[in-house]
Amino acid sequence: MKTISALFAAAALLAGAAHAQVTVNQPWVRATVPQQKATGAFMQLHSSAPARLVSASSPLTPNVEIHEMKMEGDIMRMREVAAIALPAGKTVELKPGGYHIMFMNLKEQVREGATVPLTLVFESADGKRTSMEVGAPVRGLAAGAPSASPASKSHGH
Amino acid sequence: MQRFSLRRQLLLAGVLGCSLLLGACDRSSPPVFHGSDVTGAPYGKDFRLLDPDGKERTLAEFRGKAVAVFFGFTQCPDVCPTALARAVEVKRLLGRDAGRFQVVFITVDPERDTPEVLKAYTAAFDPSFLALYGTPQQLAETAKEFGVMYRKVPTGSSYSMDHTASSYLYDPRGKLRVRLPHALGPHEYAADIRTLLKPD
Repeated sequence: MKTISALFAAAALLAGAAHAQVTVNQPWVRATVPQQKATGAFMQLHSSAPARLVSASSPLTPNVEIHEMKMEGDIMRMREVAAIALPAGKTVELKPGGYHIMFMNLKEQVREGATVPLTLVFESADGKRTSMEVGAPVRGLAAGAPSASPASKSHGH
Repeated sequence: MQRFSLRRQLLLAGVLGCSLLLGACDRSSPPVFHGSDVTGAPYGKDFRLLDPDGKERTLAEFRGKAVAVFFGFTQCPDVCPTALARAVEVKRLLGRDAGRFQVVFITVDPERDTPEVLKAYTAAFDPSFLALYGTPQQLAETAKEFGVMYRKVPTGSSYSMDHTASSYLYDPRGKLRVRLPHALGPHEYAADIRTLLKPD
């Protein structure tokens, strides 16, 4: 028993010392039409230890921001946020209806099927920053539409 | 969402009641909507704005169709494409009645939403969707008429627009009947449109 608890202690120590391991799943960017100047990136983030997404950049445009969309009553409000908190072991979704990474002042059209290079900067609880390169595929303008809620099926009269 | 499920239960109870009593609930009972019934509301009577070809458009030309009007802007990555994608799904759900449904998208950001951008944007969802714009003055008047809030909000490098995200639904006679919150899905939208398209 002693050996096992010692092992656990060692593992816990190691985990504490290691940087927060962040995984990025299903990143995607919404396509634009010609002359449309802005679009958003969406993804799922998962961190092994408490961390924050503090910035993002892309060769697409120098103006990449982190935004949060909130509904207040029937008013849609969009705000730039300084960071997105990533609690340990929890998946944080950047999706329509919440957070997204915003590309502003686009110089050219973002076409469906292309891949947008994205650098994400994460900060762990001890203030250490690590960056991660992600290739986000571009999906059609209508991507991420709300799927039909199963509860409303009873109304198909 | 609890409110909606309660409404659903009430609706179901109403439908059951009608079938049991056979004819007890006839034309005299008002239709039940998923959105808010705003029949007779003093706002949203009409709009007079330009389409991307520069032609003036008003509500009157859509008689015989159910019309969904909503406000947004093309630089919006979230609510606006979601609303337009929902409208595509609503059209699909309407099936044969899809030809009697018109989508009108009014930009609250005429500064960046040029006619070219607007046309390409709505056409990317469905070529039948109509995008409208106006001068800042015309937009302000339209928003006032609809009770719509819109406001420029600066961000680090540009700006975003806060705006009312609900849809306004008109019956084939051009009367405003339902206000649908953004939270509702395509099935709820399609059901309310079908209710409006039913002959009296």
